[in-house]
Amino acid sequence: MSQEPILTIENVSKRFTKDLDLAERAARKLGARIAPMTVHAVDDVSLSIRRGEVLGLVGESGCGKSTLGRMVAGLSAPSSGRILHEGRDTAKLKGAEARDVALKVQMVFQDPMSSLNPRMRVRDIIGEAPQVHGLVPRAEVDAYVERMLAQVGLDPATARRYPHQFSGGQRARVGIARALAVRPDFIVCDESVAALDVSIQAQVLNLFAELREEFGLTYLFVSHDLGVVEHISDRIAVMYLGRLVELGAAEDLIARPNHPYTRALVAEIPSFETGKKTYHAIKGEIPSPMNPPRGCHFHPRCPHAHDRCRIEVPRLRDVAAGRLSACHLNDRAA
Amino acid sequence: MSQLLDVRDLQTQFFTRDGVATAVDGVSFTLNRGEILGLVGESGSGKSVTGFSILGLVDPPGRVTGGQILFDGDDLVRGGEPLLRGLRGKRIAMIFQDPMMTLNPVLRIDTQMIETVQAHAPVSRAEARARAEEALVRVGISSPAERLKSYPHQFSGGMRQRVAIAIALLHKPDLIIADEPTTALDVTIQAQILSEVQALCSQSGTALIWITHDLAVVSGLADRLAVMYAGRIIEEGPTAEVIARPRHPYTRGLIDSVPQGKRHGARLAQIPGMTPSLLNLPEGCKFAPRCPRADAACAVEPRLDPSGPGRAVRCHHPHGDSETRVLS
Repeated sequence: MSQEPILTIENVSKRFTKDLDLAERAARKLGARIAPMTVHAVDDVSLSIRRGEVLGLVGESGCGKSTLGRMVAGLSAPSSGRILHEGRDTAKLKGAEARDVALKVQMVFQDPMSSLNPRMRVRDIIGEAPQVHGLVPRAEVDAYVERMLAQVGLDPATARRYPHQFSGGQRARVGIARALAVRPDFIVCDESVAALDVSIQAQVLNLFAELREEFGLTYLFVSHDLGVVEHISDRIAVMYLGRLVELGAAEDLIARPNHPYTRALVAEIPSFETGKKTYHAIKGEIPSPMNPPRGCHFHPRCPHAHDRCRIEVPRLRDVAAGRLSACHLNDRAA
Repeated sequence: MSQLLDVRDLQTQFFTRDGVATAVDGVSFTLNRGEILGLVGESGSGKSVTGFSILGLVDPPGRVTGGQILFDGDDLVRGGEPLLRGLRGKRIAMIFQDPMMTLNPVLRIDTQMIETVQAHAPVSRAEARARAEEALVRVGISSPAERLKSYPHQFSGGMRQRVAIAIALLHKPDLIIADEPTTALDVTIQAQILSEVQALCSQSGTALIWITHDLAVVSGLADRLAVMYAGRIIEEGPTAEVIARPRHPYTRGLIDSVPQGKRHGARLAQIPGMTPSLLNLPEGCKFAPRCPRADAACAVEPRLDPSGPGRAVRCHHPHGDSETRVLS
């Protein structure tokens, strides 16, 4: 693994705004105090991903991890900030260069059934993009698709089937084959194993590891399951309500979590108990991203919150070698 | 502890256009008062249908075609709908994976909870409301009087599941059947619900059947485990025993498939192949085509035989106690 970043995310934010409808606009004209609602799905996140590494991105529902993954894959544009692919700003690229970067970064989705066209044969699902982009001559597409299928552990004879003729685990493999077919060097996996049974999940995780070796791929592995992320990742980034709260080497972060939220997540990693476990849950629920708490977003649920947490947003800063954390407690200790 | 539930040789079949699918085939187990049983299996293993069969909730084209379900001495299969109506919600309650299966989206929480109380207890509305508030407090919902006036869509997913659990608790049932109740929830919320359920069961002596695909979740919760595959129980025993010394190759495979720390980056042990279709089950042992230990003997279906105190396994070549799993 080299230190050179393949992808750099610089101060990226994504805001979703719900515009006022007619009645609300009319009410505003009449003096009602109604403002358009804005959700900061991703709030000023900076990250760099090194060539060949697996960066795990974890967090609970609504933390913005999938939105960030979609922006990296080029499926939605950041509201502010830049995403650089090998030093080039992806938003400023034009023509062949833009297409090239778009092909280099591919995505594997959570639910293969809603990301595979049910009316297309697997041969076309996998073969269409490489053919359109001229990566494979028309005459060789069939052989190419069969090679891709074999690559992900499917029987090449299944190329003429439709997605519904596969089981969940096989559909996940088809989704992976489709992403690989355009020869990417970077894959965003958005909850790619979340919907699978445990035994199938293990098969697909092993497949991800094999393909990484074989093609020298870099992964951004988005998941809510810290157990899975820990297994596959080199580094882990933890998000909470749109903000990055901790980043560090996988094993070190799990062994010595710094941020109280990471500590709570680590405590909930499934483990096999040979006695009854007492669950120590952190209190409260994830606040609505529509109306996030002031200061540190985590303070209402944090057992260590003090006055400063309620007012000032903690900055992400170095707390140890290769470890960033956004928590005011680190200032106290220092 | 006295016995509460005795399921004997339960068989539930679905009569589909493509043939008869036997979703539950000869499942037997018992449950004592206050005991927590983890019913574990992957999709299509019959774990949910087993739970639904106990409450008589299997919809056509499916129905219970054989066996007995003895609840406190009464046979629920023979007693049918009239008997079940008196038990459902009162002595046996169910918590579904999706709380919206329990909650009516167009009725306020108070309407639904008061109705549930009055369905089985001759009490006034005021008394029913008081009981509803008390149940909400027990599952950790603050300011219950206000919350009762809300509609289900005004709650978050975790809160809705709490309300569903509160409804299940209203009549202090003897048995709760929980079908993957935390699967759709975030991990921090899952931990809250698990800790509450654990406390509630130990306080009230309620027996619980926790149906899940996630062995790790039940390993810290259940007293006993029953692992299902292709409609059959293939292994059962005390939780600690099954986790530390799984006998069936499938149970062992399931445990090894879960990514766990300390083996970071290493290849996961995987079970090859996939769950067989219920319409097209292999002859003999149903797990044989995926099993590393299968041989000619496996062409005959093994029986669920006792193997050690409180344990049973359905396998011709079970793992022995000497092959202890390497606990990470």
